[in-house]
Amino acid sequence: MKIAIIQFGGTNCDMDVQHVLTDVVGVDAETVWYKEENLTGFDGVVVPGGFSYGDYLRAGAIAARTPIMDSIKKIAAEGKPVLGICNGFQVLTEARVLEGALTTNEYPKFRCHWTNIRVETTDTPFTSKFRKGEVIRMPIAHMEGKFFAEEPTLAELDENEQVVFRYVDEKGRATDKANPNGSLENIAGIVNTSRNILGLMPHPERASESILGSADGRKVFESMADYITENF
Amino acid sequence: MQYQATVTIKQKAGMLDPEGTTAKKALGHLGYAVESIKTAKLYEIVLEAKSAEVAEQKVDEMCQKLIANPIVQNYTIELKELN
Repeated sequence: MKIAIIQFGGTNCDMDVQHVLTDVVGVDAETVWYKEENLTGFDGVVVPGGFSYGDYLRAGAIAARTPIMDSIKKIAAEGKPVLGICNGFQVLTEARVLEGALTTNEYPKFRCHWTNIRVETTDTPFTSKFRKGEVIRMPIAHMEGKFFAEEPTLAELDENEQVVFRYVDEKGRATDKANPNGSLENIAGIVNTSRNILGLMPHPERASESILGSADGRKVFESMADYITENF
Repeated sequence: MQYQATVTIKQKAGMLDPEGTTAKKALGHLGYAVESIKTAKLYEIVLEAKSAEVAEQKVDEMCQKLIANPIVQNYTIELKELN
């Protein structure tokens, strides 16, 4: 098994993801510069966090239009898992492989702190190791993390159980106070209809070892690795 | 022919515009009563095209493909012929 970690100009969480995949989870992972147009031989993709192209135009907009996106779409079409974290989530929505858009936080400043997240579905390649309704801890670090979609899209996301994570309080309630950026319906992460592309704003790689304050995020990568082992 | 397209990108109604809100508040402190302020981003694009129609069509494509995100933004294009 080999997982590709995509690097754009401005990506800065690539090495953290590689550390977690190789040293913590124990799978083969390799960073891939965005000019590489061929992802043959890879069984999964992570689009990590950062500030691709300085977030000019809109966060993730330029990265979403680079040729490597076609290879990522091809991998996704084969049913292989694609995980977008933070800027990676912004890239995947800008590339229209995920619904909606990520816009400026409701309180318009950069927010960087721990959040509580509720696992809404375990029926994805990224959440099989969790329990449904489990409240986990992961940090956020973003300025444009407010999830927005028009009403019909939001209803579809709910109906198809595409909302994977929601911001909640310690007791698991999706309150306004627990919502760090004003995301509609407290949405922190969604999957596509085929369920093999996940985008989330919190950083699982920064919560994959207990020395960092939480190891909950590790299960995202472990679930992904299990899924690849079982299916490819 | 050479054309200059002025593309104006605005957040859709209901989307956050922190710069506009802050400017409105600051103007209030200076004694100006302002009903609302909306900010926008402006791109001036100079391009060669056979006709104004073709130029506008190309710029519209650029907006759809990269410059605007139609989920959260609206855009307008104004075209003028250069030289």
